[in-house]
Amino acid sequence: MRDLTNEILELIRRTSTDLPTDVEKQLRLALEKEDPGSAARGAFETILRNVELSRKNSTPVCQDTGTPIFYVKSPAGWSTQYLKHQIRSALAEATRKSYMRPNAVDAITDKNSGNNLGGDDFPYIHFEEGESDELSIELMLKGGGSENCGAQYSIPYSGRVGETAFQAGRDLAGVRKVVLDAVYRAQGQGCAPGILGVSIGGDRGSGYVKSKEVLLGPIGTRNPDPKLADLEERLTGEANQLGIGAMGFGGKTTVLDTRITGLSRLPASYFVTISYMCWACRRRTLTVRGDEVTYQ
Amino acid sequence: MRAITIPITDETILSLKVGEPLTLTGVMITGRDVVHKWLIETFIKKTRAPQGEDQQVYEALKPILAGGVIYHCGPVVSGLDSKQYKFVAAGPTTSIREEPYQADVMKHFNLKGVIGKGGMGPKTLKGCQDVPAVYFHAIGGAATLIAQSVTNVLGVYKLEFGVPEAIWVIEVKDFPVVVTMDAHGQSLHESVEKSSAGVLVDLLAK
Repeated sequence: MRDLTNEILELIRRTSTDLPTDVEKQLRLALEKEDPGSAARGAFETILRNVELSRKNSTPVCQDTGTPIFYVKSPAGWSTQYLKHQIRSALAEATRKSYMRPNAVDAITDKNSGNNLGGDDFPYIHFEEGESDELSIELMLKGGGSENCGAQYSIPYSGRVGETAFQAGRDLAGVRKVVLDAVYRAQGQGCAPGILGVSIGGDRGSGYVKSKEVLLGPIGTRNPDPKLADLEERLTGEANQLGIGAMGFGGKTTVLDTRITGLSRLPASYFVTISYMCWACRRRTLTVRGDEVTYQ
Repeated sequence: MRAITIPITDETILSLKVGEPLTLTGVMITGRDVVHKWLIETFIKKTRAPQGEDQQVYEALKPILAGGVIYHCGPVVSGLDSKQYKFVAAGPTTSIREEPYQADVMKHFNLKGVIGKGGMGPKTLKGCQDVPAVYFHAIGGAATLIAQSVTNVLGVYKLEFGVPEAIWVIEVKDFPVVVTMDAHGQSLHESVEKSSAGVLVDLLAK
């Protein structure tokens, strides 16, 4: 078992300072759709200039370097305790090097730990034993502004938009209604345009976990179930009709993509959970295969 | 694009309208959740007695805030060990969390504006009319770019709040913003919310 602390540090640096290619490409397409001189187009121009500059200077794309969420898939025999120690060391070092902002605040004392190491839950690390002899560590940095826009609906749900009441029932039509409601409620607060991670079912806890996990794949990943794939595309289209636009300035792109996943649920419960990812969707993967180390 | 210097006069504030892009140059402070709560409790509502250096910090802030600007920002700062502070990444944070406090802070210090993202609500909009003051919107997530307009970190107060929550006194040059709430009761956020609500009602009826 090799020491991967330096490789994990590099994973953190790349994740914080360089946006994934698919996200950057989608932002460029969104820019082209906006009218010259509009506030939304101006926002996209600033966003893209910032992405290029962050990559060049190796500085964080966003000052809110977010909750560090690690998904580790390791071959049989790797010590998760050892890996956890390496991840924590790398994170503290990344904070010292200003790739990360000290973001772990004790909720009771309000004290910031100064090095991004909080209790056992911060950073969040999910371990899983894989079947291959390859080790992969996926990192997602999820900013607080967008996290605050997440929502969970217990269906049947009676909602209200201004003076108009609506009902969402236990089917995909109901799912569609509450997801649109969540996008409307978020307005520009979550750094629109966002990417929606939606889980249907589960309990309150697993619902939120899955609604984040589903955001790991590249933009345009469709659910293999055609019914859900259709709903994903429909929701992106309809969310964009809302006209909230980049930063909530008004504009044609409010949502870049939607992902939906279904979970098992209890007969009594039907949760729809939405995680809102900001445009600065920072995720990267480190893969170790023998002596070969790759970053994606 | 107009270039505005801080401190800002009432005349300038009253000439600003929703939608106008401009740049800001001068000295401002960062202040977000903990700072707003601390200012309200200790010096405005006085439900908590000043402790330690609170009073000295307050006296130092008053002249900066009169005609001045608070930036809702929790920066990434280098040079913490050597105290040779430099802003590395410094985009805006979501402003709506300061909605309970902002209008009172504006009035107390005669603040001419706040910079943030996402906009604020009716209480702050009313405060902007009363003071007068405006809400400047910076581009959320544009952290490296905005950090380049911070030319100098003049000092820091209340570092015990943690780096993101401390009061950083900064000098900025050509800081790019857009006015999204003005001193005449207009709010871009209110109008976008209204029009999106209309579309949503139609979609929900389908």
